[in-house]
Amino acid sequence: MLWKTLARNLLTRPANPALRAKLARASTKKFGRALRIRHVAAGSCNGCELELHATQNLIHDLTQYGLRFTPSPRHADILLITGVAGRNMLEAVRQTRAAMPDPVLVVAMGDCAVDGGVFKTSPMVSGGGDAILPVDLVIPGCPPTPAQIIEGLVGLLGQHPIR
Amino acid sequence: MRLLSPKQFQTHPGKFIALWADLTHVHALYQPGDWVSAPLAGNTYPALPAPGAAWFQRLAQDTLGCTALGTTDTRPAIEQWRAQDGTAAWPEFAKPEEGQHALALGPVHGAITEPGYFRFTLRGERVHRLETRLGYAHKSTLGLIRGKSPRLAARFAARISGDATVAHSLAFAHAAESALGLPVPARAVHLRAIMAELERLANHAGDLAAIARIIGSALPESRLALAREHLCKAAHAAFGHRLMMDIVIPGGIAGDLRSGGMAALHATLIALEHELPGLTHMFEDVQDHLATGTIPPALAAAFCAGGFTGRASGQPEDSRVTPGYAPYTDLNLHIPLAHTGDVAARTRIRLAEMSDSIRLLHSLLAGLPDTAIAIAPPSGTGAGLGVAESFRGPVWHWLRIESGAIADVFIADPSTLHFPLLEHAATTGNLADFPLILQSINPSHSGVDL
Ligand code: SF4
Repeated sequence: MLWKTLARNLLTRPANPALRAKLARASTKKFGRALRIRHVAAGSCNGCELELHATQNLIHDLTQYGLRFTPSPRHADILLITGVAGRNMLEAVRQTRAAMPDPVLVVAMGDCAVDGGVFKTSPMVSGGGDAILPVDLVIPGCPPTPAQIIEGLVGLLGQHPIR
Repeated sequence: MRLLSPKQFQTHPGKFIALWADLTHVHALYQPGDWVSAPLAGNTYPALPAPGAAWFQRLAQDTLGCTALGTTDTRPAIEQWRAQDGTAAWPEFAKPEEGQHALALGPVHGAITEPGYFRFTLRGERVHRLETRLGYAHKSTLGLIRGKSPRLAARFAARISGDATVAHSLAFAHAAESALGLPVPARAVHLRAIMAELERLANHAGDLAAIARIIGSALPESRLALAREHLCKAAHAAFGHRLMMDIVIPGGIAGDLRSGGMAALHATLIALEHELPGLTHMFEDVQDHLATGTIPPALAAAFCAGGFTGRASGQPEDSRVTPGYAPYTDLNLHIPLAHTGDVAARTRIRLAEMSDSIRLLHSLLAGLPDTAIAIAPPSGTGAGLGVAESFRGPVWHWLRIESGAIADVFIADPSTLHFPLLEHAATTGNLADFPLILQSINPSHSGVDL
């Protein structure tokens, strides 16, 4: 129990005030307007993508928490990065961020995106999302389960935790 | 391994699977596991005529600076970041002709998927040409494996392609066991096959769900996505990880079947078995939407395409049978075959493979031997090849071990031979068909980028 609380405090960094205001607005109309997530795979092994997909199935159903994925960065509130932020993807991640309207919440999902994971000593790897952009939330795990992904996102949005 | 002269190396007959180099030699692999080598001459070797060799030759150039003499394809394979620096030029894509236009897609995609860059040349809606640029998921995994013991390095093999983590771990273990002459306990052999078939089922279910979503069939989409979720849950109950990562290790498996795992697997398999005929009917009803993305059998044969992509285009090879490995040699595999090579055929083959995997799982679970589950690898020296049939096709691992540490390694995912086929398949449809065609083949970017 203790380590869980500790871990949560360590791992979940506070969002900036502008974001918090935005999220508060969104959560007052709790299921009114879904917050939209733009996913970028920045050199994953594709295990994280599998579990990201699974958050959308009938059992986990991410949309019930007021969250959904969008193909367009212009409509996105959350930038979710998976993978090691390999050298070949740095520019693409930066450009995706630049195409999103402020404020943006940046989430690093999976051990690779947290700090490079098992690949962290590779010369081709810049060591996770933090190496490219300031990260607001990390969701560790290799890969994190769909429940852990949703718990992380919902915890950050200050909505009700999942049972 | 057979040592050849460079001339013999170039003219060696057979169906090409993979090519790689180390510091002194170039190696090639032919169906079904015929491994030949030739000495490098000043870091060069003669380019092979097989069309599938091109990508491997580009990779050897990028990673080791080994040049294939006489090759016509000198594009980088994974090192396009150098082009951005200006230190090496990424050649231009083919120029559109009069009446054509170009369209760029990626490496960031609209869907939740891996990074790859697709350049289309279009005539109206028709795809005239597709060029793929890869390397965005490059992590230098082979470099991380070198210098480590087989047990330590297994963590990297498990992350070559997350959706085929069991198959890659298995091929890696096979290679290490062959290099060190390590026998594997019977229970581990059985449980490995159980995990491999679960992985096949889960991936086919997930990909078919995605295909159903693309053509707008909500019912099979949600039922197959649910089937995948149940399979992952059962895998977690049985082996402690939803994707069964890091469980297959050289010498055996890292953990036995958990209590309650057998019941969870049985319940999931029986439920899926009841669903399959209905799902198969639903796909039969939408065949018309799936008649695109054709890979002709002759092309599939030229690239020695494996897995359902090969089997949908008349290529019957399955590495579980040829060259074959335990325990499949005694299980009487049913290998489905089709010849039309389109999305519909790949869908049918996947559904047929699902029902055979369920049959295999029932018989594997019924006859689980009661032995140890692992033995520790000795600190030996040797070289070995290992193969395992992932849901996409055969994955091949090659290892050279010196005094217990891996001196050299190469890994070939079947996707390497599938990308050129995808480039062709895309030209048999409209641009709007591309997501469907891509999903029906679903090549692994991470598996190719290494
Ligand atoms: S965190 Fe694990 S599952 Fe996710 S991309 Fe990295 S290696 Fe793959």
